[in-house]
Amino acid sequence: MKAYNTMQIDFLSRSSNEGFARLAVAGFAAQLDPTLEELGDIKTAVSEAVTNAIVHAYPHSIGKIRICARLYENRLLELRIQDWGVGISDVEKARQPMYTTGGEERSGMGFTIMESFMDALRVRSAPGKGTTVVMKRKIAARGDEAL
Amino acid sequence: MNITAARTGRDLVLRLYGELDHHAAKEAMTEIDRHLDVALPLRTELDLSGVTFMDSSGIAVILRLYKRMQNLGGSMKVTRVPPQAMRVLRAASIGNVVTIEKGEARQ
Repeated sequence: MKAYNTMQIDFLSRSSNEGFARLAVAGFAAQLDPTLEELGDIKTAVSEAVTNAIVHAYPHSIGKIRICARLYENRLLELRIQDWGVGISDVEKARQPMYTTGGEERSGMGFTIMESFMDALRVRSAPGKGTTVVMKRKIAARGDEAL
Repeated sequence: MNITAARTGRDLVLRLYGELDHHAAKEAMTEIDRHLDVALPLRTELDLSGVTFMDSSGIAVILRLYKRMQNLGGSMKVTRVPPQAMRVLRAASIGNVVTIEKGEARQ
């Protein structure tokens, strides 16, 4: 299946970019006319993935984070959040609820929230090379009652 | 993120305004600590009605406040949670640990 619309942004792993990343993706997804709840879910999932990259991929440095968003004909939104940081040695462990290496300002619930808010979540990571998180969410078609 | 505090005796109400993400969480924690140190409350209410966005960083803030209130021998509850923040709390089953009052907050 081919995407009919795409966007890509690169930004630095500064925490002040978390809000920017959420809004950029929400702005792109808005063309599917999502509900407030759907938009909130997408923004939350993006926030979790980008925060993971900022906190864990580049713990002692500032690096590049890339978001690619794709729209498919069946109202499917695909998000790819990529970094070139330290990577995750045990992805299964990292995905478990309450597991965190991020200190007290992290709750260990990031992946749990991404999983529950998106229809699909895939994590690919190689130590020393970086991490790619791919998330998919289908946006429900709005009925005629909305007109 | 802005935080206001209102104290009545040993009751403390903390109201959060703005976006509660990782960028805001650290400062929010420091600010909440400061209010707790001054008020030494027995009951703390965390009013989230002014929160326009919250992710799992908000959970860390809530759990930290919960632990601090336990250490003070007191209790806490989360009130007036907007719908987006409520979905985050539900996904993390935070209601099993912390009292979340069903409220009238809108978004």
